[in-house]
Amino acid sequence: MTAPAKFVGRSVPRLEDRPLLTGQGRFAADISFAGQWCMRVVRSSAAHGKIKSIDVAAALKLPGVHAVWTAKDVADIPPIPFRLTGLKSLEPYRQPVLAKDVVRYVGEPVVLVFAEDAYTAEDAADLVSINIAGARATLTSTEQPGIFDGELNTEPDVVRKAYGDIDAAFRGAHAIVSLELSVGRHSGVPMECRGAIARYDEARDILEMHGAAKVPHWNRDTLAQMLGRKRESVQLFEGHVGGGFGIRGEIYPEDVLVCAAALKFRRPIKWIEDRREHLIAANHSRDQLHRVRAAIDAQGHILGIDDEFFHDNGAYMRTHAATVPDLAAAMLPGPYVVPDYRATGHIRLTNKTPCGTYRAPGRYESSFVRERLLDAIAARVGVDKVEIRRRNLIGKSAMPYRLGLETLGTDIVYDSGDYAALLNKTLARADWKNLQAQLLMRRAAGEKVGCGVAMFVEKSGLGPFDTVKIEAKSDGSIEVITGVASLGQGVETAIAQICADALGENYNNIKVIHGQTDRIDKGMGAFSSRVTVMCGEATRLAATKLRAELLEIAAVLMQTKAILLDIVDGQIVLLDRSSGPSLPLAELARQHPGGLAAEATFESTHMVYPYGVHVAAVRIDTDTGAVAIERYVIGYDVGKAVNPKLVEGQIAGGLAQGIGGALLEEFCYDENGEPLSVTFADYLMPTAREIPELSILITEDAPSPLNPLGLKGAGEGGANPVGAAIASAIDDALGLPGAITQLPVSPRRLKEICKRT
Amino acid sequence: MNDKTAITLTINGHDHAIEVEPRRTLVDAIREDCGQTGTHIGCEHGICGACTVIADGEPVRSCLMFAVQAAGKKIRTVEGLADGDKLHPMQQAFMDHHGLQCGFCTPGFLMLAVGALEREPDISDDDLIDVLSSNLCRCTGYQNIIKAVRAAAEVMRGK
Repeated sequence: MTAPAKFVGRSVPRLEDRPLLTGQGRFAADISFAGQWCMRVVRSSAAHGKIKSIDVAAALKLPGVHAVWTAKDVADIPPIPFRLTGLKSLEPYRQPVLAKDVVRYVGEPVVLVFAEDAYTAEDAADLVSINIAGARATLTSTEQPGIFDGELNTEPDVVRKAYGDIDAAFRGAHAIVSLELSVGRHSGVPMECRGAIARYDEARDILEMHGAAKVPHWNRDTLAQMLGRKRESVQLFEGHVGGGFGIRGEIYPEDVLVCAAALKFRRPIKWIEDRREHLIAANHSRDQLHRVRAAIDAQGHILGIDDEFFHDNGAYMRTHAATVPDLAAAMLPGPYVVPDYRATGHIRLTNKTPCGTYRAPGRYESSFVRERLLDAIAARVGVDKVEIRRRNLIGKSAMPYRLGLETLGTDIVYDSGDYAALLNKTLARADWKNLQAQLLMRRAAGEKVGCGVAMFVEKSGLGPFDTVKIEAKSDGSIEVITGVASLGQGVETAIAQICADALGENYNNIKVIHGQTDRIDKGMGAFSSRVTVMCGEATRLAATKLRAELLEIAAVLMQTKAILLDIVDGQIVLLDRSSGPSLPLAELARQHPGGLAAEATFESTHMVYPYGVHVAAVRIDTDTGAVAIERYVIGYDVGKAVNPKLVEGQIAGGLAQGIGGALLEEFCYDENGEPLSVTFADYLMPTAREIPELSILITEDAPSPLNPLGLKGAGEGGANPVGAAIASAIDDALGLPGAITQLPVSPRRLKEICKRT
Repeated sequence: MNDKTAITLTINGHDHAIEVEPRRTLVDAIREDCGQTGTHIGCEHGICGACTVIADGEPVRSCLMFAVQAAGKKIRTVEGLADGDKLHPMQQAFMDHHGLQCGFCTPGFLMLAVGALEREPDISDDDLIDVLSSNLCRCTGYQNIIKAVRAAAEVMRGK
């Protein structure tokens, strides 16, 4: 028997906060080892070209410089392999750890300098001369594919997903609605730049890398493979991580290079990225152009959607391989009945920074496309944008709903949901009717104000497994050892809450270990909003098992039966609370040092699907092209919120990033492929001024049937349809349905639209 | 360029006698030479504000100041905010209002807000948001930071 929930569902304070508030965090740059050398990467200054020569003599002469590496020093290291969606066809397009003959984007690593300290390394890097014979840079994904290398062209593959008979749908259509829509190049841009510190302990033959994040176990195995070592002889350690959002923690060339150098030089090697490097070298994302058509009947019911899109993946295929275009294609249908469907996604390489995932990867893009399409259908049929959505929503009775597509190695089956109910609740929260009436009056008075709505289905909780070990320690604390990672989202608190309820302990006596490959042999890490779902259920299973073990042992000591015992706040007591002895867990643990532990694994072959509704109200200044967001309401059904305050935090943070992508953020290039967004003065992220007060409605109407707590992940729904909702609101404010076709809606673009009309 | 100058940095009331190149930034000196790694580096061009410290009562970007310029100034960093185990009202408010997630920008926001409120305890809400918009956070979406600072402002005014 498990006690009723005391912690799950409550907004208890985070266990993570104290060291972060007092300056005791341990981020990558905070880690140093005696005798370390600092590594500086010399990067290509050309977008595309052949390396003619490299002169490192002057750099080597600088006092304090220990070594300089070029591609020939790392000739035996293979390119970085794929972690997800790794199609064989993409393999020739993987990135080498150092460019050998050709450079393909500004920022590509070419030379490494190792020096006594970071200042000297940077001085020496300035003295390295790389002579590149420039070649034409490809900068758009829609031009005819050109030559990548020899026989290989710049379209490595095409993602194709379809079900039904799309041609028949269009033949039978009452009308066809066609749009061309694009989403700019954005990225997660965490506040902490990347960093990696490697050291080799010859005595134990262990290579350590500190500064790991997101997927330490996969990275451990991969680094071991790339460097020709046994996996047990490589250990990764995650400290504090200053934000992830998809891009942080994937294996990049620099991670491999610090490890290779530590092995070669027998010295700790420290590399800390600067912000300019981050903006040109860490993964970018989004950057898709869609040509989408919908076949509809006279009432605006969707008969079929046919989408052809171009995904600009930058210069190479990195660890995510085809993940982003695959998700864009697979998740485009969203919460609507789409009887026939076809998506054709061209993966295109250009001479820009290579791409990976960024919060709601592929879905920020395809939600923009789908919801713009719904607005266009509404305009065509002449009904309002809420009504057109109601007409097309998948009904509650259709759950679980098999979409007929697969992604990330799983069949897409929406596990549970009542989309119409959440639409109603969110509109009620937004006071939609009054809001519209007020906006109408203000528009009549000459103001450019409007509101928009967007709906979406998210995915979360990707398996295939998570394993958790829980141990009652002899100091009276409980340790939960996981294979997941923390990027700042509150993992330690949420997992402790789940463990606390299942075990009968206080959550603040529970220490959650993550990101340490030497503590647990396998782990899946933190991505795809998976941690609370997968690790949460594994924790519940392990805690339940440990509880049973503890009660068995206690029953002997207390001369009673286990079924008559309970654990309450770390005390083993009689279930009926009658008088008699109680036994502290700590005492039991002291009597069995190291012996009180349980392990459990949760396996899942399907993802779980939270869903949401966003409502935005905006005001436009036609003189400046500025968009002010006056009101924003988000309804999100997460099945079960372990800690509602943390869920709200995820949603609010996601919204800010979504607003950035909708209005401000874009990586721009000049006609030669020179990146123009290389500082925070060029890549504009929202500040406290741009983010509106937000009303968040978390619902638990559709718990997942795929885990006993009903959990669904909450990490990405704040960002997913923001571009769509804001575009819809701007259209409304301008009185021009379909005006917004491109994100971000920068002031310049908006002024052009205003001028055109 | 590589000649070092002997200076004393006074951080949270403690003197650190160090030798630095004239070009060494204050934040590098605080972190690397004085071992106080609570102050973070987010951009090194004065925009994100992760490196904000208080120098002679004023919040400054320690990436835009040379260490030699800070000699003789009273520098306060996040490590000096709490009174032993008792958190500063600003730290407590950030915890109570979930004003941090990854915590990387947090020291900068704490020092920015404490510095601003110590100088102007009755700052208007609009001015407060102007002040807070000088630092970047990528996790929280700011609303909980604003709530935390408003709450801490009340406590600090009540002192």
